[in-house]
Amino acid sequence: MSWLKKLLPSRIKTNGATRRTVPEGIWTKCAACNAVLYRAELARNIEVCPKCSHHMHIGARARLEQFLDESPREEIGAEIRPVDKYRFRDSRKYRERLAQAQKKTGETDAMVAIAGRVKAIPIVACAFEFDFMGGSMGSVVGERFALATEYSVSRRVPLVCFSASGGARMQEGIVSLMQMAKTSAALGVLRRERLPYISVLTDPTTGGVSASLAMLGDINIAEPNALIGFTGPRVIEQTVRQTLPEGFQRAEFLLEHGNVDMIVDRRDLRDKIASLLSMLIAQKASMH
Amino acid sequence: MTQNFLDFEQPIAELEAKIQELRYVNHDSDVNVSDEIARLQKRSREITESIFSSLSAWQIAQVARHTMRPYTLDYITRIFTDFEELHGDRAFADDPAVVAGLARLDGRPVAVVGHQKGRDVKERLHRNYGMPRPEGYRKALRIMLLAERFRLPVLTFIDTPGAYPGIGAEERGQSEAIARNLEVMSQLRTPIISTVIGEGGSGGALAIGVGDRVIMLEYSTYSVISPEGCASILWKSSDKAEEAAEAMGITAPRLKEAGVVDEIVAEPAGGAHRDYDAVATNVKAEIVARLEELTALELQDLLTRRQQRLRAFGFFQ
Repeated sequence: MSWLKKLLPSRIKTNGATRRTVPEGIWTKCAACNAVLYRAELARNIEVCPKCSHHMHIGARARLEQFLDESPREEIGAEIRPVDKYRFRDSRKYRERLAQAQKKTGETDAMVAIAGRVKAIPIVACAFEFDFMGGSMGSVVGERFALATEYSVSRRVPLVCFSASGGARMQEGIVSLMQMAKTSAALGVLRRERLPYISVLTDPTTGGVSASLAMLGDINIAEPNALIGFTGPRVIEQTVRQTLPEGFQRAEFLLEHGNVDMIVDRRDLRDKIASLLSMLIAQKASMH
Repeated sequence: MTQNFLDFEQPIAELEAKIQELRYVNHDSDVNVSDEIARLQKRSREITESIFSSLSAWQIAQVARHTMRPYTLDYITRIFTDFEELHGDRAFADDPAVVAGLARLDGRPVAVVGHQKGRDVKERLHRNYGMPRPEGYRKALRIMLLAERFRLPVLTFIDTPGAYPGIGAEERGQSEAIARNLEVMSQLRTPIISTVIGEGGSGGALAIGVGDRVIMLEYSTYSVISPEGCASILWKSSDKAEEAAEAMGITAPRLKEAGVVDEIVAEPAGGAHRDYDAVATNVKAEIVARLEELTALELQDLLTRRQQRLRAFGFFQ
């Protein structure tokens, strides 16, 4: 400690970490360009930095709120709740992690599914809540997604899913792995029924979610600069002992390698998806 | 065959070493030690049975990864005849970490797909330690679609640490390759039986593991992430792999309870590597029995049941 710091009374002392943050609630800072942003304005801009267009994380409900027409709306599978079947415990109990995540996000699990309309086109839309245990896919996510596809099939409407997930939820063991099979099988039914499925991959979409429902879109759309891949970059770097190429596993990299159809700015997604869906569903009647 | 004993098998290793010593004595002298050898062999069997009757999840993981454990091709040569290996995904390459082809099971044509690990250093590298790249999954998919067209049942063998975490694998769409297999297998119009013979490592295992029946060897594992991987993420230390293995429930009985596995095939005391022929006979009997059940079903019924099986995975309230 320097002599100056020693002299300063403790209430004037600041430490590096707190000094950089801005008071919660009114102002926030863009992680990419450091611009100080008015919270309300950022929310209006659907969590995209007005200065540099950096796409920040957005909650599932805020996402759907902005994406869907104001009415009608019907939530799907909201009554389903997670259970800790195997009393999983790592450094903390799974039950505690669930309770904490529920408190933090106000959601019961990491997916919200709502039937509604986008620019008057009836659809079902799902979104991952990344702040809920990293958007990890366990039984509740899998079941809500399956219910969403079934709703989609029964009403003959398209499905849209916004992914933001680290992958399968390890705390649910093998059952979380099986959600990959469950959700992919559900999409198989949707495909057989010739209903469009648009997958929007947002930052980050990796692991078991990337290797199941997120990559199975009839059209795969990525948000700018989103991290998308099967294995996370840190593990790959440790395995191959090579420096990863610039922009590796970013949306632009996936577009270049043919894994997504397009990159779309969040502020344009509603228009773009409505436009794509309107073309895909136009011939429905005459094809049957 | 020289045994590579695992840590927890040390009492067995010591006895076996003693037996070897006595055998040398037997050769060199007139002293008859065969009674003593027989006594020690009996003791060795007892100890083996006692150790293997109560293995922890982590110990089972080590048996599942044993360097002498029978691999897919060891089973193929013992279970089938006329195996014709088919190569390549028709788009990029042939992945040696996956073997696929046509064969006969008691005379009946079938399609076979499995992960393949290597035995010695050179083959291990060639097979990439049984970790497939996207072209491996796409080769598997090609063979499964071929099987569907010609109404051949698909028999898969799972034994992989996981899909390969490499730069090229990501560039060529590892995620998409796995996801596509899951979707196509869920609707493939022919019976599918998957057998977990060693390590069922995550999405890389599941990508050839969606089926009507899942069989699992007694000392094999199946998990969403390796115990080491789970430990390093949740415990922030890979030293906790033992705890992670226990907590995740990666062994056959737990998986059967979760409805993921239908049948458990017994292994010889000491593990499958002690007797390839015996374990292959057990696996074959199980596959034949399950296939009989499945071929008795109408195709539509088969597909509906598969769909229901997949739909039912999960615990919630």
